[in-house]
Amino acid sequence: MIGVGGKIKQYSSVLDKPLSKGRQEVSLSAFAFLFSELVQYNQTQVDNIAELERRLEDAGYAVGARVLELFCHREKGNRRETRLLGILSFVHTTVWKVLFGKVADSLEKGTEHEDEYMISEKELLVNRFISIPKDMGTFNCGAFVAGIVRGVLDNAGFPAVVTAHFVPMEGQQRPRTTILIKFADEVLRREAKLV
Amino acid sequence: MAAIYNLFIINKSGGLIFYKDYGSAGRMDTNDSLRLASLWHSMHAISQQLSPTTGCFGIELLQADNFDLHCFQSLTGTKFFVVCEPGAQHMEGLLKVIYELYTDFVLKNPFYEMEMPIRCELFDIHLSQAIQKDRLVLLGR
Repeated sequence: MIGVGGKIKQYSSVLDKPLSKGRQEVSLSAFAFLFSELVQYNQTQVDNIAELERRLEDAGYAVGARVLELFCHREKGNRRETRLLGILSFVHTTVWKVLFGKVADSLEKGTEHEDEYMISEKELLVNRFISIPKDMGTFNCGAFVAGIVRGVLDNAGFPAVVTAHFVPMEGQQRPRTTILIKFADEVLRREAKLV
Repeated sequence: MAAIYNLFIINKSGGLIFYKDYGSAGRMDTNDSLRLASLWHSMHAISQQLSPTTGCFGIELLQADNFDLHCFQSLTGTKFFVVCEPGAQHMEGLLKVIYELYTDFVLKNPFYEMEMPIRCELFDIHLSQAIQKDRLVLLGR
């Protein structure tokens, strides 16, 4: 980041540098092209859509594992959430804000199953420029974001299965993307004991 | 009353990659649009050769009795052109807007193959919005 007053402060060691970096943004175009290449590369490596989805998710998982470490340190003073709702709101608020510049549109609890939670976004940043061809069915590039969420949760001790889906909206031309989080049994059992 | 009759996008080798008509006037079938696109590609190239001075980038505006043709060529050789009513204003601006939509919703789409026909839902949506907006501006005048 460019220092205040046009001067860039020099630190003798990386350890002396303050952790807080303020507001940093990268170009959306640069990201969109890079992400597009990531999808195209993975497309050449697979022969079905489920496999492509899995590879994107794995790419996201690595990001999630790293951002958890970083944000717990930078944003939360070295504290990590241990409760279910705490970690969910951490993902919904802190992670989303730093990665996408905004809080996710909504965080809901699944109505049918106790162990399901949903983070919904009207227009997911990674999907901003992407049109899925008709022959690819329900494939969603949000699988990458689902991977990030899984990476964060898994490394915080909340193993879960995370998937991305398009959900058609009434009165809207474009469907929204819902990140569905299904926690492992052990997480809910532990949570029940804590109450 | 539509100011624009049709919109064409042709790739750098003269193949038609996008065609859309607006309003009933000047509608043509697939073969005719393909033929016209490659014809325009050649005419554009010839006009560059014909120019008596160097640094000519080809025809930008073709005026006829009952239509105008505005053409915009990007640096990579992709050409965008609209056929519209004679004397229609600020078409250059509209072509730039369309070019911007092309770079956003076509080129950043991982499922689009370069130089191939454009089939991107988001591009279609934003394009019709841009045309709609252009018409409203026209009606407001």
